[in-house]
Amino acid sequence: MSEQDKAVARSAETRADEAALTPAVDVFEDAGGITVYADLPGVPKDKLQLQIEAETLTIEGEIVQELPEGMEATHAEIALPRYRRVFTLSKELDTEKVVARFDKGVLELRIPKAAHLQPRRIEVQVE
Amino acid sequence: MRYRSLFPRDLFAELDRLQRQAQQSLDATPSIRGWNYGAYPAMNVGTTPKSVEVYAFAPGVDPAAVEVQIEKGVLTIAGERKPVAPEEKAAVHIDERFAGRFRRVVTLPDDVDANAAAARYRDGVLHISIPRREAVQPRRIAIE
Repeated sequence: MSEQDKAVARSAETRADEAALTPAVDVFEDAGGITVYADLPGVPKDKLQLQIEAETLTIEGEIVQELPEGMEATHAEIALPRYRRVFTLSKELDTEKVVARFDKGVLELRIPKAAHLQPRRIEVQVE
Repeated sequence: MRYRSLFPRDLFAELDRLQRQAQQSLDATPSIRGWNYGAYPAMNVGTTPKSVEVYAFAPGVDPAAVEVQIEKGVLTIAGERKPVAPEEKAAVHIDERFAGRFRRVVTLPDDVDANAAAARYRDGVLHISIPRREAVQPRRIAIE
């Protein structure tokens, strides 16, 4: 492992230690692939981080808010400034062709299945 | 429908939720409108000497279709979030996100000026700022 790799691994570790909210998600699967929707309100586009490493998908986002000076919080349901959620993907998914859209705090991820693994109808031979 | 932003997959988040619930059930005088923890949209409320700031975490709604109303000192945020329609024959593996009509209510302090309230929607967060009336803002009184 090179020095740089070690530094990356360390920063990933410290990040994973920080407490984060678990965003609500929907996951659908059709013949062509998997679609993930995640609610990440308060996260601007540039603070959203998507990472696919080996078979792990990590969704992370930092909430950025302009708070007026001297504001005192009286009620907080979103009490942490970040979201994190990790999924294990399966082998048939083509992680090179992931398409992501992020609009109004909702992330839409499309992970297609590898082309050669698209469903094939198997004829049952009756003898 | 209850919306849980913290899901049992994350043990610490779930413990945090349990702790909140335990605390809430120990509260002898809960709000008449219930606890609402985990409702959609999640709300943060803060105050400054000059204003009351309400943040509603409402991702994926059309801001034009959200109704924000202040009446008799009560702020109401209501609207609808349409469900995403998966392709026919698609399998639903996880279904946690809220869909449907929502309504949340916040009681405001007496000194706010409802006519001067302003609302903005950005990155899925609805921010409503309601100024307090001049007369009740703290004033330093000089001693002669």
